[in-house]
Amino acid sequence: MRNTLFSLAGISVLIGMLIFSCQPKVGIETAQYAVNGQKLYVTHCQSCHGPKGEGLGMLYPPLTDTTYLKENRKILPGIVKNGMNGPIKINEKNYEGNMPGNPELTNVDIAYILTYITTTFGNSTETYTQEEVKNNLVNCR
Amino acid sequence: MKLKLTTYLSAFAFSSIFVACTETNEKKLPIIGERATEERIVDGRTVVDTIYHQIPAFAFLNQDSVEITEKYFDNKVYVANFFFTHCPSICPTMQRNLLKVYEKYKDDERIAFLSHSIDFKYDSPSVLKSYAEKLGVTNEQWQFVTGEKKEIYGIADKYLVYTKEDQDAPGGYDHQSYLVLIDQQKRIRGAYDGTNDEQVAQLFNDLETLLKE
Repeated sequence: MRNTLFSLAGISVLIGMLIFSCQPKVGIETAQYAVNGQKLYVTHCQSCHGPKGEGLGMLYPPLTDTTYLKENRKILPGIVKNGMNGPIKINEKNYEGNMPGNPELTNVDIAYILTYITTTFGNSTETYTQEEVKNNLVNCR
Repeated sequence: MKLKLTTYLSAFAFSSIFVACTETNEKKLPIIGERATEERIVDGRTVVDTIYHQIPAFAFLNQDSVEITEKYFDNKVYVANFFFTHCPSICPTMQRNLLKVYEKYKDDERIAFLSHSIDFKYDSPSVLKSYAEKLGVTNEQWQFVTGEKKEIYGIADKYLVYTKEDQDAPGGYDHQSYLVLIDQQKRIRGAYDGTNDEQVAQLFNDLETLLKE
């Protein structure tokens, strides 16, 4: 009897550990957005910004500056859609040059891409929603 | 009889190992391009020579506004490609990969690199200089050159790389992303898609093979 109790307790602890370890750090919707975003990232962003968001020398900035991504979350859709001119400071380095825009991308595409970038290269755990893209694009040229 | 057979078999096995080993040591890269034969008479006997496709003489301006000719690459192995600084599509990946090769062989005088800009309108030497510095190229081993449209597009044909001014292509120019491996006699020995990781890995291997020739 005692043995059975012990083994039951042991098994439930094991199952509990399994459940906790399998729990992803992001929700299912965020994960779906990120998977879709990765495909679009490969097509539209990866050549310059690199497979790991590492950038290329001083030509193209990396996308791994978590502080930048967090503090500038609102202007990210505008950068993806309309591009960017002039200097930008990333990881304490100043990058010059222009980034071409991607005007053909829809709001949901941009939401996918930004969810991928902010959760994979940044430390966000939340979806960059379509509403967020829509609202933030209004404030952007 | 049985003993004899085993002896034969083991002898065969040994020799095949031997042959297999020597073959890998003597691996050679193919010589690419059209070839012709030429007969000449040496000591009263007719000898047939093979004339291989070679990169012809050229003269371009580099990132320091200095004229660079084929002589710069004499007795060197070099990797050539075609790009432009504002290329939004394949160039960054191609140059990222070529940069890895450059970094591995930096200051190795047996090897050089040659990037031709096909944007003859915008990519002046000063633009190329800034691009090279930002990419992380700090010595003359990697040359970035510009020239007249006819010259650049003409030499691209000799490297068997497709280049074309095309308003419909991203950035205004259409081109292939080949990294072309040239030997000490200016013959093409390999071409690798600079956007394909497997082919770039093959370039690393083939460069070593070519250097051992």
